[in-house]
Amino acid sequence: MNTILECKNLSKVYKNAVALNSINLSFEKGRIVGLLGPNGSGKTTLIKMINGLLTPTTGEITVEGEPIGVKTKNNVSYLPDRNFLPQWMTVGQVVRYYSDFYNDFKPDRASEMLKSLGIKENMRIKTLSKGTQEKVELILVMSRSAKLYLLDEPIAGVDPATRDYILRTIISNYEEDATVIISTHLIADVEQVLSDVVFINHGDIVMCDTVDNIRQREGKSVDEFFREVFKC
Amino acid sequence: MSWSFSNDKPIFQQLKDIIILKIIKGEYPPGSKLEGVRELAITAGVNPNTMQRALSDVEETGIIYTMRGDGRYVTDNEEKITEVRNGYLAEKIAGFLNSVNELGLNKNEILGAVQSEIEKRGEI
Repeated sequence: MNTILECKNLSKVYKNAVALNSINLSFEKGRIVGLLGPNGSGKTTLIKMINGLLTPTTGEITVEGEPIGVKTKNNVSYLPDRNFLPQWMTVGQVVRYYSDFYNDFKPDRASEMLKSLGIKENMRIKTLSKGTQEKVELILVMSRSAKLYLLDEPIAGVDPATRDYILRTIISNYEEDATVIISTHLIADVEQVLSDVVFINHGDIVMCDTVDNIRQREGKSVDEFFREVFKC
Repeated sequence: MSWSFSNDKPIFQQLKDIIILKIIKGEYPPGSKLEGVRELAITAGVNPNTMQRALSDVEETGIIYTMRGDGRYVTDNEEKITEVRNGYLAEKIAGFLNSVNELGLNKNEILGAVQSEIEKRGEI
């Protein structure tokens, strides 16, 4: 079976707002997918449901054919869109914390990446800048050998040079049969590492296609195309 | 440092052109082994699937080939590389001619202008 993630007639309704409106999506293994949409379009809601943090109102989600649960959580590595590390711990402590938590965590991989970004393991999380905390978080998430990586706004708060490093980190660390879903609105920066993109707006899937198809058909970059589709 | 891409063409096509150019220029010498798909993808800063597709396209031109289980090599057939280089040159010249076409110059005027531009530079 080549499908890693499947969403069928998936809806999420909050008290007085429809966050996702009966969407259908399916992704193969080995892809890097950009989940693109304006603020409040439903990106984070979708990611949280795949991850089991939110329950769908209707519809179903499967990861590797399994409904969301303990089994799928072992295969999914999730980067939330806000800082989540315990502030009192040191970098080394959170690495060991992750190592205890996840069987598929590779501490060597984490140490190597921390070193190349000049982040010392004896530094305390609360003394790190917001951008550096984001780097540590991404390193932790990418140091697992997961089947599905869900990265919610992974590059929003870091400088352009680090963005390049992070994107290279993503390409070089995901396993060949793993799939990475990156939600972002900084399309120009991620476009060339993506294989597919999903445009999402007001809870609907506007489009789902490969980057090459879009460029070929539209004669412009996905970034330019996005600006056109979502023109305010 | 990743490679740079323009906005108007699919990335796999641009990758194909860049790789062919690197072979023509001898940056990837005849007979040499290419890096793996993932390494090349990281160097270029692109998706490995896209790199894979570009390499298959380059392979169709015959200037690289796959050794089963061992990876990809640049051909050691230098005639083949020359052929591809001439094709590349012809394509560039055709593009140039199309872009100056609207000036309405005749053949000799264009040739003369190219000639004098080359002389002005001394060397290209």
